[in-house]
Amino acid sequence: MAGRPVATPLLALHGVEAAHGDVRAVSDVSLSVAAGEMVALLGPNGAGKSTLLACAAGLLRPRAGTIRFDGEDIAGVSAHRIVDLGLALVPEGRRLFGGMTVDENLELGAFAPRARAGAAAALERVFALFPVLAERRRQPVGTLSGGQQQMVAVGRALMTNPRLLMLDEPSLGIAPRLVTAIFEAVVAINRAGVGILLVEQNVHAALSLAHRGYVLENGRIVGEGSGAGLLGDPHVRRAYLGPLAVRE
Amino acid sequence: MMILAQQLLLGVLIGGLYGLAAAGLSLVFGVMRVLDVAHGELIMLGGYGTFWLVTLLGVDPFLALGLVIPGALALGVALYWGLFAFVVRADEATRVKNSLLIGFGLALALHALAVRLWTADERSVPTPYGGAVFTVAGLSIPAVRLLSLVLAFALILSLQLLLTRWRWGKAIRATAEDWQAALLTGIDVRRAYLLAFALGTALAGAAGTLVTIGYAVSPSIGLEWTLKALIVVVLAGLGSMPGTFVGGLVLGVAEAASAAAFGGPYREVVGLVIFVVVLVVRPRGLFGR
Repeated sequence: MAGRPVATPLLALHGVEAAHGDVRAVSDVSLSVAAGEMVALLGPNGAGKSTLLACAAGLLRPRAGTIRFDGEDIAGVSAHRIVDLGLALVPEGRRLFGGMTVDENLELGAFAPRARAGAAAALERVFALFPVLAERRRQPVGTLSGGQQQMVAVGRALMTNPRLLMLDEPSLGIAPRLVTAIFEAVVAINRAGVGILLVEQNVHAALSLAHRGYVLENGRIVGEGSGAGLLGDPHVRRAYLGPLAVRE
Repeated sequence: MMILAQQLLLGVLIGGLYGLAAAGLSLVFGVMRVLDVAHGELIMLGGYGTFWLVTLLGVDPFLALGLVIPGALALGVALYWGLFAFVVRADEATRVKNSLLIGFGLALALHALAVRLWTADERSVPTPYGGAVFTVAGLSIPAVRLLSLVLAFALILSLQLLLTRWRWGKAIRATAEDWQAALLTGIDVRRAYLLAFALGTALAGAAGTLVTIGYAVSPSIGLEWTLKALIVVVLAGLGSMPGTFVGGLVLGVAEAASAAAFGGPYREVVGLVIFVVVLVVRPRGLFGR
């Protein structure tokens, strides 16, 4: 993708080590996302991708390393404060408030002070992005399809008015037609100037859309490059795009 | 037949208070995953607060609610910062265990404090309209207990409105559903815990006032009310305040019915039977999600 933005990174992880209990999940991971950039984070299940996102979002405190957002060290800062700074996460499995309506879920996205001020405009943007949600405002989110629930999850994160949006497997368990809609929305969000850090099992789609990508295996970064560069990388093709892709 | 109807009616009247007692416990457990076994002692304190307001200051017992509720809110804030804020730092698996220890300790301390301040004697408050009784279709309805039922319902309804309309009410519900997702929307979940605990304590205080007006208060009523509230929470399930109120009415009527059928001592047994049966047959309760 042309016109890659180059600037001081908005999000910068340096030497991050994190663990779940006694199990080390990631070690010495450094990666960065510039303002307005779209970056893909790839790797097999259990590589530590979700752990990294949890650290950046403030849900998990890293054992070592620094995490800077817009220059400020946010390692150990409470998650609700990080959201207010402009770093949002759409967690794996959506994690919606199932007993509440679409409207209530979106409204809660604008809970933090900074987001609350722009809530009305943000709601319009969400409905412009996902018109189907405008028709389902009063519906409990539990009654929506998986794809529509993912739209609510992305919409709820957009309501926080983020400068950088992290998405953890947004296409997981969603009908193919809606996967396209979700990816198109992610691109539109990025074009509007929001940085994206995308964890995605659909490697081909992720690398085609992203400016840059990182490959995480066994908790370490083993490769990085431009989206197109990684798509042509023999290791990436063998490991993530299947044996047939290698012979192309 | 008439006697049975009269007993069931009295069961409904006390059932409303069971529902109110359970609402606070349900809110605290649902949001914080903390079991506050001192909930009954908080009800007892609300009762004695009312006793003092009426006997020392000459406040009308029902109007005492207007002072007991804010007082209990403040007590809830203090107890949260002093004790339960430390419990919610633990991960969820150890929270209930830690809260049981703290709750039992708090219950013992409050019981001892009550004996010290008010002696172990049973106290009740005189109301100017205390003896008034309505007679409807041959059933006598004590006016004071009927008003208590109405107020209990109004309080539950107010709580429901707070939880569905108020910004922080929605934050409390979101925290109860998924506290990590709540954090990710920018909700300070510790603040949500604090508010839920303070509201729960305020409901306990209000229940204490109504219990003391309609019945009596003594330092040892705490355990009994914790137990009733726990049975109703299990019966009704978490997540629905109107459901909790209905659960209270069901327990009140079931107690009255079993007392009528098998004799007075069986009143206390039916609640425990309900407790076990619901846990086996429908663990999420009648109205729980």
